[in-house]
Amino acid sequence: MAEQSGIRDEVKKFIIDEFLPGEDPDELTPDTPLVSSGILDSIATLKLVTFLEETYDISVEPHEVDAENLDTLDLITSLITSKL
Amino acid sequence: MSLHQSLTDSAGRHPGRVAIEHPDGSFIRYAELDGLSDRFRDRLVHMGVAPGDRVGVYLRKSVDTVAAIFGILKAGAAYVPIDPTAPATRNAYVLSNCAVSAIIVAADFEQGLLDEFAENEFSTRTLVVDAAEGGLSGLLDRMQVADAADRANTVEMKADDLAYILYTSGSTGRPKGVMITSGNAESFVAWCLEVFEPSHEDRFSSHAPFHFDLSILDIYTSMASGATLVLVPSDLGKEPVGLAKLIADHKISIWYSAPSILSLLSQYGKLEEQDYSNLRIVLFAGEVFPVSHLRTLKDQLPNPRYFNLYGPTETNVCTWHEIPPTIPESRTQPFPIGSVCSHLEGIVVDSAGQEVSTGDEGELCIAGASVLKGYWNLEEQTQHAFLERADGKRWYHTGDLVVEETPGVYRFVGRRDRMVKKRGYRIELGEIEVCLYRHDEVKEAAAIAMTDEDGAVTIRAHLATLDGQKLSMIKIKRFCSEYLPLYMVPDAFRFHATLPKTSTDKIDYQALSRQD
Repeated sequence: MAEQSGIRDEVKKFIIDEFLPGEDPDELTPDTPLVSSGILDSIATLKLVTFLEETYDISVEPHEVDAENLDTLDLITSLITSKL
Repeated sequence: MSLHQSLTDSAGRHPGRVAIEHPDGSFIRYAELDGLSDRFRDRLVHMGVAPGDRVGVYLRKSVDTVAAIFGILKAGAAYVPIDPTAPATRNAYVLSNCAVSAIIVAADFEQGLLDEFAENEFSTRTLVVDAAEGGLSGLLDRMQVADAADRANTVEMKADDLAYILYTSGSTGRPKGVMITSGNAESFVAWCLEVFEPSHEDRFSSHAPFHFDLSILDIYTSMASGATLVLVPSDLGKEPVGLAKLIADHKISIWYSAPSILSLLSQYGKLEEQDYSNLRIVLFAGEVFPVSHLRTLKDQLPNPRYFNLYGPTETNVCTWHEIPPTIPESRTQPFPIGSVCSHLEGIVVDSAGQEVSTGDEGELCIAGASVLKGYWNLEEQTQHAFLERADGKRWYHTGDLVVEETPGVYRFVGRRDRMVKKRGYRIELGEIEVCLYRHDEVKEAAAIAMTDEDGAVTIRAHLATLDGQKLSMIKIKRFCSEYLPLYMVPDAFRFHATLPKTSTDKIDYQALSRQD
């Protein structure tokens, strides 16, 4: 879906710019594990949630801040679209 | 009094009181906990676990986990708590290293563990606990039907018998087992009871995982007081809003954690929305608590008493300092680590092992009842960890540099070597380097700790690769996460053609630290 891939690209850009400066964007695929592999630590995850809430005007519940919902670009995108 | 005696005594005095509570709603009363741990003891003895044996505990934190720990102690064995979030390879190494004679493991960890043991050719007796199949109680019921175990006698441990082994980061790349005796743990718990004066009305947090020595204060001080221990699951442990709610909802009266968790709660936890009237003591240990963050927290939560506790796993808490009721705005220097605990002695020595003049910087060494027996199967490392003095006492080298700023009160200056604390976790930079060297593309590796302007510690890895190309951060972080716990995965990477060297051809860590 066009809207979903647009969101996924925006989130991908944020993650690369904020947490992986200099990284080849092709390395970050829709299913690269982010939280469970240490690429995003707990502080980075909180910063990501703030970005998502501000950019998409959604509310992420405390119990949703975990690998189950945020571990990959695909999971993050699903979470966002489910709240739009 | 053996460690497990506190449970039996409290079960006798307050059988109906809740011993342990979990936010998922599960709980257990003292009498039931005593009974469940007795049954586990019986099963272990029936399986051939003998006094002095080690038993691995590879479970998430739960009521069953505490029951298992007490069952192991009652069988006269030492428990070896395993970090459920660490890679299976590292965990298998720990279990083989101390040659456990049995392991209690959660059903979803079982396969990962067995995969590792095929390599190690290590046969063991494994007890698999599945919450969906009645947990520990369900398992013991089924085993009793299949092969009944007789009632065994609880073993009275002597002071020198091992109670548990806690594995910590090792600079050679392998974790090392800190051997703690029953006497070590009991003397520490007695100190806790003396200073914090808990009662059966208290409600202790259990934030730290059971493989960290903060858990010793949580579990055994709570048991000895007939109080309630509130388990904090690991995923909630770093989620500030949920954690802030848990502390209030479960009316925690005594909180103990690393300072970074308190900073997280203060900044993101929305503390003003909750009721903390029950919180009377806040304990923190493991790293320096930046004064500005502590001041903010005390403004948000003014009622409790605050204590800075210091001590390596090898001694548990060995110095303590109560924070004054108000912190002047002008204060920026971190609070002292304080005075040596009443059950221990401390001296400050130079690199030759001689006591320094009062007020001079030196390494803190500790002697007394809660100092470790040694490192498991590491004779040389154990010997090097102690200072020999004419008094014949065993003085443990903490590796921390301190200054006696007022009589009997110590201020922390820095580390003597390449161990760092990051968010309360103990990390040997050498262990990270060993992991990096495992990567096929890495020619040279150096891990250094940096401090950002907030006082937070980050790990930067400097690498030189075989073909001189940069590696993908994603790929190298994922690689590291297969060998190291997540908190040890470097935060940033820098690539060099070759790493700078000193005049003696060693990697020049100073030069790397000066790079921005």
